[in-house]
Amino acid sequence: MNEMRYEAPETIEAAIALLVAQEHQPRVFAGGTDLIVQLKAEMIEPGMLVDIKKIKEPREIIISAEEISIGSAVSGAEIGENAELKALFPGVVESVQLIGSDQVQGRATIGGNFCNASPAADSVPALIAANAKAVIAGPDGVRKVDVADLLVKPGQTSLTTGEFIVSFVFPRPPKNTGEAYLRFIPRTEMDIAVVGAGVSVTLNPDGTCAAARLALGAVAPTARLVEPASDILVGNKLEEGVLADLAAAASAACQPIDDKRGTIEFRTKVAGVLACRATKIAWERAEKN
Amino acid sequence: MSKYLVTANINGDEVDFACHADQTLMEILRENLNMTGTKNGCGSGDCGACTVIMNGRPVNSCLVLGAELQGAEIETIEGMSKGNELHPLQQKFLDHAALQCGICTPGFLNMAKSLLEKNPDPTETEVRYALAGNLCRCTGYDKIVRAVLDAAEEMRTTSS
Amino acid sequence: MNEIKDLSKTNYKWVGKRTRRPDGPDKVTGRAQYGDDIVMPGMLCGKILRSPHAHAKILSIDTSKAEALKGVKAVVTHKDIPDHALLEPPYGPVIADFHDIARNVLAREKVLYDGHAVAAVAATSERIASAAIKLIEVEYEILPHVLDPFEAAQPDAPVLHDHQFTNGVTPAPDKPSNVFRVVSTERGDLEAGFADADIIVEREFNSKPVHQGYIEPQALIASASEDGAVELWTTTQGHFVIRGLCARLLNIDMSKIRVTASEIGGGFGGKNNLYAEPLAIRLSQKSGKPVRMVMSRSDVFRGTGPASGTYSRIRMGAKKDGTIVAAEAEIYNQAGAFKGSPVGRSLDSFFSSYAIVNAKATAYDVCVNRPKVAAYRAPGAPMATLGAELTINEIAEKLNIDPIDLRLKNAVQDGGESLCGVKYGRIGLTEVLEAVKNHPHYSAPLKANQGRGFALGYWMHGGGLSSVNANLLDDGTVAVATGNPDIGGSRSSMRVMAAEELGVELETVKPVVADTASMGYSHLTAGSRTTFATGLAVINSIREIIEKLCALAAKKWDIPVDDVTWEAGQAVTHRDGFDSLTLKQLAGMATKMGGPIAGHSEINAGGAGAAFSAQLVDVEVDPETGLSSVKRYTIIQDAGRAISPDYVEGQMQGGAVQGIGWALNEEYFYDDEGHLLNSGFLDYRMPVASDLPMIDTVIIEVPNPNHPYGVRGVGEPPLVPAPAAVANAVENAIGRKLGSLPLSPPKVLAAIETGTPRGD
Repeated sequence: MNEMRYEAPETIEAAIALLVAQEHQPRVFAGGTDLIVQLKAEMIEPGMLVDIKKIKEPREIIISAEEISIGSAVSGAEIGENAELKALFPGVVESVQLIGSDQVQGRATIGGNFCNASPAADSVPALIAANAKAVIAGPDGVRKVDVADLLVKPGQTSLTTGEFIVSFVFPRPPKNTGEAYLRFIPRTEMDIAVVGAGVSVTLNPDGTCAAARLALGAVAPTARLVEPASDILVGNKLEEGVLADLAAAASAACQPIDDKRGTIEFRTKVAGVLACRATKIAWERAEKN
Repeated sequence: MSKYLVTANINGDEVDFACHADQTLMEILRENLNMTGTKNGCGSGDCGACTVIMNGRPVNSCLVLGAELQGAEIETIEGMSKGNELHPLQQKFLDHAALQCGICTPGFLNMAKSLLEKNPDPTETEVRYALAGNLCRCTGYDKIVRAVLDAAEEMRTTSS
Repeated sequence: MNEIKDLSKTNYKWVGKRTRRPDGPDKVTGRAQYGDDIVMPGMLCGKILRSPHAHAKILSIDTSKAEALKGVKAVVTHKDIPDHALLEPPYGPVIADFHDIARNVLAREKVLYDGHAVAAVAATSERIASAAIKLIEVEYEILPHVLDPFEAAQPDAPVLHDHQFTNGVTPAPDKPSNVFRVVSTERGDLEAGFADADIIVEREFNSKPVHQGYIEPQALIASASEDGAVELWTTTQGHFVIRGLCARLLNIDMSKIRVTASEIGGGFGGKNNLYAEPLAIRLSQKSGKPVRMVMSRSDVFRGTGPASGTYSRIRMGAKKDGTIVAAEAEIYNQAGAFKGSPVGRSLDSFFSSYAIVNAKATAYDVCVNRPKVAAYRAPGAPMATLGAELTINEIAEKLNIDPIDLRLKNAVQDGGESLCGVKYGRIGLTEVLEAVKNHPHYSAPLKANQGRGFALGYWMHGGGLSSVNANLLDDGTVAVATGNPDIGGSRSSMRVMAAEELGVELETVKPVVADTASMGYSHLTAGSRTTFATGLAVINSIREIIEKLCALAAKKWDIPVDDVTWEAGQAVTHRDGFDSLTLKQLAGMATKMGGPIAGHSEINAGGAGAAFSAQLVDVEVDPETGLSSVKRYTIIQDAGRAISPDYVEGQMQGGAVQGIGWALNEEYFYDDEGHLLNSGFLDYRMPVASDLPMIDTVIIEVPNPNHPYGVRGVGEPPLVPAPAAVANAVENAIGRKLGSLPLSPPKVLAAIETGTPRGD
């Protein structure tokens, strides 16, 4: 009988040393709200859980003039309680606060949600829209990667042996930037997103769009940036024609499946609807900033 | 077989237990410590029946590992009343008939207690969203929400 | 807002008051002992191996490796469960075929659903039991499967049972079928009725199976001793029924099995059946140790009975003035893997609120490769009511008649009868409908994208067998023991009725649920019968005690017993010179003057009263996503007499919310191989607190003349019209006809975009 071990290293180096030893089949353990569920369902059989919650860097939130860093093992609840983060990245904060219940948010971490790599993960579209990079520590040193580039397929990131995400870093948003995350679920809480839309817009002084990023989740094997959105919005105001084009582009970017949460047709349609609604909210926030 | 020896603070008392790496707090409370007030409705974080307060935050104890609890402060339903004196929330649940079969009640009480510690004057909507992670199949939630709002009012009046 | 409308105006001490429940403190402190909370020294952990296939022949089962694993103390397969002959016709309304029960608790020739139990082990730890399960080797030959009742009823469908030939059709069929039986009921002249109609509406409906959704999974401990005695603690709605089922299934004398009902964490009808009990008994017999078996949440969804999914067709004809002149219904009820869906109740529920002269209903009981269905709060009724009520609303709309007025016009009256001929005495239907019309919700304005729905439900609750023992203690307190597990607050109601009869303080009475060795037989806590039938037995028992108390007082005073009466907790006489004697005083004298005083009653309660529940619901639908949001809900229901109004309201609210889930989001998802994909609360979507508004209730009291306090069952009626009311609201919000539950957002959005408009 496989007897699993639990380790709680106190430094990044100690964590890497444990994660590199593949013979132990180690898995990173943070909030456990996906990991323990999978463990109990016998979907995974790790030989060792490497708890990163005792390491300083994954637990920090650092806000500086140019860059904001959120540790990978910071919980959704802690992120939501940080007023500065909320003001800077309302979309990212909204997204982690939608994961599960209050009880789940007390444990679920932004890094765990990301690395579980569910196509429907709430944090991911918001992170992509906010232009986040993952700071990854591993046996070969530290590297920074655009978050979207780390997603390979459902359940898989491109992290290599011994690597783990230490934090997510974001450039400080320019003035007149607003962001938002919306998702569609059939109840009001407790569901996995059927469609998720994360948006960031920056406005010019004349009220037209200077920059825009729209990312969709749950409508493809991985969450992804909707490239045409930028072209549709930049230089324009948010008028009906623009919104219609945006909805069409969002729907066109979908490669969804039929499953117990939604149909292809539904997801495709609602992706367009949410893209517009999230953009409107982000726009309003941008106007206020 | 390796086991982890942990000392945690449960309801104000230092408690020792030995556990396997894959045992959850819910299992340890119920099986190792015979504290069966924390209930197992699903084991996967979807029903909230196992809610306890850990280091000041409400969590699903089925998604917390025993091995990580060294030094943790845990409040379970068994610690909610003082002697035979019920906490205002417990009292209000009785007054408002906010329970029928009662299996979800300990989880709701812990979640509500945690809510009111952070937000002593919640609106009905705030109460409903805070309790969204606790499933009840008997009551339809109406009387539970009323009980929590009433307890909040009483607790505000007594503390002021 | 919660109101009570007492239409008989009587003054009671306790009945109808908001009183505290006796099991409350234990439940809010975590002290109450539910099935999984009980420990016995030396107990083993039992686990079940479940089928991974929807339909397959079992070619062989090899348990040798499991048996050899250190720590495994016993293993059982179907060889350890006696076989029983098939039930022969004629068939009663409820099917309890031990041939089927034996095969449901452990598969024999075939596995018939994903999750079907195949073998069980008992080991010294959960870890070892789980490992042992994996070592059992089963060879299967996979067969094609079928999940839908209409499909399963077709001649080319894969057949689950080669011995099953449809009952109730002529000529008798020569090919086996998944349709166990066809039942129908008819009155008047249907074709003449339709010929006379000015308009005819015909619609199709379907509903999916839904699970009762109790938060506590099934849990039990069985302990067998060397002399053949068995002790069983289990979460059940009927420990006497469980005793009987275990005894008959395993060929054990009933008196050898003692069953204690543990505190139950929700039942709703789903905990009336045998699941792991016989397996645990056998494992305990083989190992010589107590065996605990607790289902995981996934086991509960894969292995225990949901309510039937259905396909139905309704056709109704009416005159221009709103008189319904003909009504016809046909319903396919899925039974799951073994026969026995609630077809009788479906038949009885279609048109039973209305005095329709020409009516017919037909129901098909169909087997499919899913878990065997179990009762769920008014079994068979919500699905039938869905179709009937939506069709009636459409008729009202087409004739431009107010939907309440249409129902008042056709309402069945006192002394009428249901479609199946069940006689109503005095009923409160008109009072309920009038109360709806007069309720502020009925005329409140609606906002954009909102629709209001209405539906009416009927349920005839049960009576049946109940036994009660009541004992007067030396200090004047009274212990009342019943045989009914408390699933909704019945201990509270029993205490209220006993204290009312005695005229004493509530705390004087201690209600307990006794085990099967200590009491006479009581049937299930189900069918909304407990406050009625067990309440009646409580009242009888207390009245017997009162008789004896009066006799004691008469003896003490040396006067004829006819001169003594019981008033406000005391024995009194009109004769001069005698101070009254309190309960406490008499209790203190009893032993010295004759012996302990007790009362008991064993009844088969008749005289149940039909109950009607009417529901109004406002739903807002997001036109771009099809998301439905319940904004306002009002339930108006005739309770006869609300013994404990808080708990009557709780039943109403709980039932309605189950109906909301049924209507909007609850269903099972299967893959192409018949595997259940959503065996957890994440994707089996029950309503959460933030999904709902407050649920307003109005209790109407039109007392049932056959009960001393006028009680009518309240547990089941509130679910009956709820799915229909919610579906009607969504229809009205989007202006489209809807008939397929659940109304999940993709369905609603598709209806908005391409569905049939309401007016068509």
